[in-house]
Amino acid sequence: MIEVKNANKHFGTNHVLKDINATFEDGKCNLIIGRSGSGKTVLMKCLVGLFTPETGEILYDGRDFAHATSAEKKKIRQDIGMVFQGGALFDSLNCEENIAFPLKMFTKMTRTEIKERVNYCMDRVNLVNANKLFPSEISGGMKKRVAIARAIALKPKYLFFDEPNSGLDPQTSIVIDELIIEITKEINATTIINTHDMNSVFEMGERIIYIFKGEKNWEGDFTQIAKSDNKELIDFIFASNLLKRVKDTF
Amino acid sequence: MGRTFGRVDKWSAFWSSVIREIDKLGMGSIVIVSIISVFIGAVISIQLAVQIDSPLIPKFTIGFGTRDTVILEFSSTVIGLILAGKVGSNIGSEIGSMRVSEQIDALEIMGVNSANYLILPKIVAALIINPILTLMSMILGILGGYIACISSGLLDSDTFIFGAQYYFKPWHLYYSLIKSIVFAFIITSISCYKGYYVEGGSEEVGKASTKAVVNSSISILFWNLILTVLLLL
Repeated sequence: MIEVKNANKHFGTNHVLKDINATFEDGKCNLIIGRSGSGKTVLMKCLVGLFTPETGEILYDGRDFAHATSAEKKKIRQDIGMVFQGGALFDSLNCEENIAFPLKMFTKMTRTEIKERVNYCMDRVNLVNANKLFPSEISGGMKKRVAIARAIALKPKYLFFDEPNSGLDPQTSIVIDELIIEITKEINATTIINTHDMNSVFEMGERIIYIFKGEKNWEGDFTQIAKSDNKELIDFIFASNLLKRVKDTF
Repeated sequence: MGRTFGRVDKWSAFWSSVIREIDKLGMGSIVIVSIISVFIGAVISIQLAVQIDSPLIPKFTIGFGTRDTVILEFSSTVIGLILAGKVGSNIGSEIGSMRVSEQIDALEIMGVNSANYLILPKIVAALIINPILTLMSMILGILGGYIACISSGLLDSDTFIFGAQYYFKPWHLYYSLIKSIVFAFIITSISCYKGYYVEGGSEEVGKASTKAVVNSSISILFWNLILTVLLLL
């Protein structure tokens, strides 16, 4: 479980995160949603330690990450897997080497063991015949799969996904969403997903936090959205005419 | 800087990175360094020959002058400037691209000290390979001068070789190698810094790459003067 307590973050005079309190539960897909510029990416970067909140705590199963020593942070980070918007695969390494990278850096596994783990991770994300391909030679959907395979290589307790569906076609997006749900349940991970994708919200939103102008404006699950009378949330979720019509129908 | 020279996460990964960087930064520069050294060495000797027309100055001065010009200044400083252009832009754009495509963030989140993992192998590789390239440039520069003098009939072989060996001071060689080591550090550290702290997109990566070359070149010229005053005067 990851808890955020009274987190504040400024960039100059811009108060980007305003006293955020949130809890992200184990074995669930926790979604952070909000408009562009609302502060959700900053929140995620605070959660993974790329930014440090000026005040407040980030607790990983009770361990304070924001104010931990670099040795403690390093230990916690080995329990974190993150999939970036663009994949962030290492250009100079092929798919197999990308997935093997954290195993080589942080384990004492033999080459054979690493090879077996890499093959397992590739199978798990349904990657076929891509071992020797470089990131520049594969599609966006495949890059996301390789990034997921790399993120799960060390069997993390905490999984982060930054806009996992951006740049993907609707069908591939659904496949990636299903994969995230399956992996979360399989390893009982605390999964946090930063997304704009409304399909993902209704598909995966077991727990949703809506960020509006740097504040936590709403939280709940996808079944509670339609019943909510929160104007900002409703305007955001049902922004498209299609979704408005769907909402009116029900 | 502190993070760059911090404890290495995994030595086997570090040394394999150093070898890869030696191949990329060093071996990839051999051809350009060789071509430039041979041609500049040839031009230096011909220019000296043209200018030394007094019968009071012995002909072997051409070999002597070629050797000292190549060893003292050309092979360390000029090659340093050329490498600042080639290697500096390469490093600046490589690390800058990694920054904007979040590869550096990915390393950090994994718990890898990204500055140490990406920058230190490049600095170590350059410190190893730059003096070797400089030595190679010295040999090829003097060889270029020799070939130019002999093939154009300006000087006979024995006179050039006598001049090239005349009053040789080993300290000049050490001075040049010390400069090449300092320049290697300047090129890699400035270029890595510019790439590592890029913010924005591909346009900023291009600007960072240009800044890496310009700043490295100016620093090389500045430290060339400082080292010359400190080591030769």
